[in-house]
Amino acid sequence: MKFGVIVFPGSNCDHDCYHVIKHVFNREVEFVWHKQPQLNKFDAIIIPGGFSYGDYLRPGAIARFSPIMSQVIDYANRGGLLLGICNGFQVLLEVGLLPGAMRTNHQLKFICEYVNIRVENNATPFTQNCAQGQVLRIPIAHMQGNYYVDPETLKQMQAQNQIIFRYCSPEGQIDEAHNPNGSLYNIAGISNKAGNVLGMMPHPERCTEDILNSTDGRLIFESLINRLSQRESTVVSY
Amino acid sequence: MNKDIPITPELIAQHGLSPEEYQKIVSILGREPNYTELGIFSVMWSEHCSYKSSRAILKGLPTTGCCVVQGPGENAGVIDIGEGLVAVFKIESHNHPSFIEPYQGAATGVGGILRDIFTMGARPVALLNSLRFGNLSNPRNRYLFEHVVAGIAGYGNCMGVPTVGGEVYFDPTYDLNPLVNAFCLGVARREHIFLGQATGIGNPVIYVGSKTGRDGIHGATMASEEFDESSAERRPTVQVGDPFTEKLLLEACLELMKQNFLVGIQDMGAAGLTCSTAEMASRGGTGIEIDLAKVPRREPGMTPYEIMLSESQERMLLVADKGKEAEVAAIFNKWDLECVTIGRVISEKNFRVCENGQLVADIPVNALTDEAPLYVRPRQEPAYLKQVKTAPEIAEPTDYAQLLLNILSRPTISSKEYVYRQYDHMVRTDTGLLPGAGASLIRLKGSKKALALTLDGNSGYCYLDPYTGGMLAVAEAARNLVCTGARPLAITNCLNFGNPEKPEAMWQFEQAVNGISAACQHFDTPVTGGNVSFYNETSGEGIYPTPVIGMVGLLDDIDMRVTPWFKQPGDLIVLLGETKPELGGSEYLKYITGKTMGQLPGFSLIREKNLHSLCLDAINQRLLQSAHDLSEGGLGVALVECCLINKAGGLGVAIGLDSNLRPDICLFSESPSRILVSVKRDNLSALKKLATEYNVPLQSLGEVTPDKVSIQGLLELSLAELDRAWRESIARRLETR
Repeated sequence: MKFGVIVFPGSNCDHDCYHVIKHVFNREVEFVWHKQPQLNKFDAIIIPGGFSYGDYLRPGAIARFSPIMSQVIDYANRGGLLLGICNGFQVLLEVGLLPGAMRTNHQLKFICEYVNIRVENNATPFTQNCAQGQVLRIPIAHMQGNYYVDPETLKQMQAQNQIIFRYCSPEGQIDEAHNPNGSLYNIAGISNKAGNVLGMMPHPERCTEDILNSTDGRLIFESLINRLSQRESTVVSY
Repeated sequence: MNKDIPITPELIAQHGLSPEEYQKIVSILGREPNYTELGIFSVMWSEHCSYKSSRAILKGLPTTGCCVVQGPGENAGVIDIGEGLVAVFKIESHNHPSFIEPYQGAATGVGGILRDIFTMGARPVALLNSLRFGNLSNPRNRYLFEHVVAGIAGYGNCMGVPTVGGEVYFDPTYDLNPLVNAFCLGVARREHIFLGQATGIGNPVIYVGSKTGRDGIHGATMASEEFDESSAERRPTVQVGDPFTEKLLLEACLELMKQNFLVGIQDMGAAGLTCSTAEMASRGGTGIEIDLAKVPRREPGMTPYEIMLSESQERMLLVADKGKEAEVAAIFNKWDLECVTIGRVISEKNFRVCENGQLVADIPVNALTDEAPLYVRPRQEPAYLKQVKTAPEIAEPTDYAQLLLNILSRPTISSKEYVYRQYDHMVRTDTGLLPGAGASLIRLKGSKKALALTLDGNSGYCYLDPYTGGMLAVAEAARNLVCTGARPLAITNCLNFGNPEKPEAMWQFEQAVNGISAACQHFDTPVTGGNVSFYNETSGEGIYPTPVIGMVGLLDDIDMRVTPWFKQPGDLIVLLGETKPELGGSEYLKYITGKTMGQLPGFSLIREKNLHSLCLDAINQRLLQSAHDLSEGGLGVALVECCLINKAGGLGVAIGLDSNLRPDICLFSESPSRILVSVKRDNLSALKKLATEYNVPLQSLGEVTPDKVSIQGLLELSLAELDRAWRESIARRLETR
C-alpha cells in the first residue's frame, strides 16, 4: 500500500501528511513533485493543504493548470482514492472533480481553531471507520472555506450522499452558531458521486497524535488504510 | 567613476550622515565619495545596520555558556539542544515600516526574520511576535492593529510556519509608534549550520530569489530617524512582501544546503545587496566584486544607487564552490527562482561594484563594518522619574465582581484569541501547547524533547525603573518556561527605545541592558543575539523603554509537560511565592488612575531562581496538575485564566484570600516571583515539603470546582460572564466603531 502526497509550489501541509502516514501509521509514502507526475504506482493520493502558487488570483485557481492535474483527473476517473485537504479541496473544486466553489470566510478573516464536524456519510473509503453521525474534533485553518453550491446541485448531492462532513456543536447539533465560516448548509467536506474523491476543509493530519489535543483525525487515515487493506486482499487493480 | 550628482552638505544631511561622519568617509577613501558610495555609507553607518549608539553598551551582555554554538554577530543565534540538534532563533523589530504601512510592514518583518533563520541552515518551526499599540478607542490604532495582525497572518500562514504565541499590549505611549517585533525559531542538525561568510578567492557570488525593484530604498535609514506628520509620505520606503516566493526560496535553500558546495549564505534584509555583500566579505576576511548589470531587475532604468540600496524582499546572496554554478542554478530553477552569478570573492579586502565594466563604487570592506562610527552617547537620568514614583492612595472598591470583570476586559489583560485565531498555529503538527497558554511548546519529531518559547516585556515597569524592568522581563520569560517544565537555556532580545541622541533615552537603554545582563547571568541564560530599534519617537515624544525578551528552553520529555489550566474539580489551588502590597506599575493602578506610576515591586533574583527550581522539581516529581505564572493583573487575573484557557472545558474555583492585605490589593498586586499551581489533594504535603526546601513561601487558596469563580466574601461569577468579559473584549472593541 503506497500513498502519494502531491507537492505544488506553495504546498505547506505536505510534510505533515507525509509524517502522519509514514511515522504515525507506518505506511509507505512518497512526495510527488507537480512537474514530475507519475501517479500509477500509488494506491491513494493526497493533495495537501497550503498556499499553492501563493493562493494568488484565487486558491487553487493556478494549481489546476499544473502539469500534474491531467493525471490527477485520470486517476480519479479510474476510481483511484483521492483526498484533498484544505487547499487540496480548493484545487479539486477549481479543477471540477468536486462540485461547488469556495468564498472568503464570512468574517473576512483567516480562521485557525478546533471545530467539530459530524460524519454525515460513513459509507465512504474515507469515513468507514467512523460511526454515522459521529462528531469529530478537528482543526481548520483557512481564509476561503465558505463553501457554496447552487441549490439544484445541493439537492443532487444530498440525494447521493455526497455531503460527508458538516460543522456542528460538540454534541452534534448543526446550527449557525457552529458554522465557523458561513459555509452553505454547514458543509465541511464533500465527495464526488462515485465516492472515491473527498475534499474537506478541516485538517485530519493535524490531530492524529496524543500531544496534539485530539486524535480524531486518525479515523480518516484508518478508514483509508482499512479500505486499501481490504482491496489488497481482493486484488482489485485499476 | 560616476560623479554626476554633486555631493552637497544638504545631500549628506538627507542621507542621515553628520558632517563629522562625512569627514570620516573622506579620510577613509582618501577622496570624496560619489553618489552611490554616499548611499552605501549612509545605510551601512545607519543606526539600524551599524548599532553605532548601542554597541558599546551591548558589550556588557553575557553571550557565552555551555549551550551556545553561535552568539551575536551572525544572522541568528544558535544553541545546542542535544541529540545532534541545534535551535536557531532571533527576534527583530519592524516598527517604523509597520507604522507607515501596517500590513506590508508587519508582513515583511515576518519575512525578514524567517530568512535570518533559514539562512543559517535551519528549517523555521515557529514564529512568535510581540506587538504594542495605542488604545483601541482611537480609530488609527484600530487600523494599525488590524492590519499588522493581518500582515503577520498573511505572511506566516502562507509560509507554513506556525505562529504559536506572543504578546500584545495596549498603551497610549504607542499611539503614534506601534511596535512590531517578530521572533522565529528554527531547528537544524549541528553539523549543517551555515554562516554568512564569503571565503575562497575566486568563488562565485550568486544572487537568488526575487528580482530587485525600487521598493524599500533607504529603509534602514528611515528606521533610524524620528517620525513626524509627514511620515506617511515615506510609504515608498516600505517593502512589499511576497510570501509565496519566500516559501520557494526556503525550500530551495534548504535543498541547496544538503549539498556540499555551499560556502556561505546571507539574506538581503536591511540595506539589501549592500549590507549582504559587505558583511559576508567582512566575516570572511575577503573582498567582493560584483557587476550590477547582472542583477535581475523588476524595471528598467534603475541606477547603481537604487540597485545597491533596494530592500526588495525575498532575495539571498550566496557564495558557492567555484565550478558548481550550474548545480546551484539547477536547484533554484526547479523552484522557478532567479539564480545569477553576479560577482566573485577577491583577495583585496575591498567592496567593488561595477556596471558594464565601469567601476561605480570601491570601498574598503572594513570601512563599512568594523570602522563604522561608534558612539558612547551621553546618558542622564530622566527628570520624570522623581514625579512618577509616588502613587495616590486608592479607595477600596465596593463591587468586586464588577471590578474583576472590568480588569479582565482591559485589552492588555484580555484573551488574545481575536489575534491568534487569524494565525495558522497548528501547521507542522508540532504545537504542543495552543496559543494563549503563556509559553509555547514545539515538539521535536523523532525525539521525546520539546522546545519551550516565550516573549516577554513590560514597558510600564521599564518606564518606572528600566534596570528592574529589564530584570523582570527576563524573570517573567524564565518563569513562563518553567511553568511548562522546561529549563530556560538562552535569550534573544529586541530593544525598542527612543532617540539615542537624547541622554534620557540613552540612560534608559543602558539601565535596561544592565538589568537584562544581571538577570541573564543569574539564570545562566546567555544572549545569543538580538536587535536594537532606536528612534521610536514621533513628534519628539518617545515611547516607554520596551525591551522584549525572547527566551528558549528545553523540555526533556514532552509527555511530562504541564499546562496552565485547572484539570479536575477537587484539586487544591496553591500559590507559590509571596503577595505583597505592591501596586506600582500594575494594571490595576493604571485602571484606577489612567497612569503608569508608583514604585516597582521589590525583586530578588535569588528568590526568583528558587521559585523556578521549586517549580521544575515539583514537575519532575509529577506533583503539579497545572502551573501558571502571575504577571499583569496579578492573582485575580491568573485565577480566571486558569479557569478559562482550556476552551474544551472550563472549570471554576472556590477560594478564600486569607490575607492581611486589603482584598483588591491581594487580588491585583503584581509582586513578581509567583506561580499559581493546582495539585491533587494527596500531593499537597509533598509540595509543602519541597517548597520549604527551596525556601519559597506557599499558600493554599482553595479548590477547583465544576463551575463558577467564587472568592469567599467578595464575589461569585459564572464562567459565562467571565468568558464574555475576557475572551471577547478585543473583538467587541473593534466592532463598536
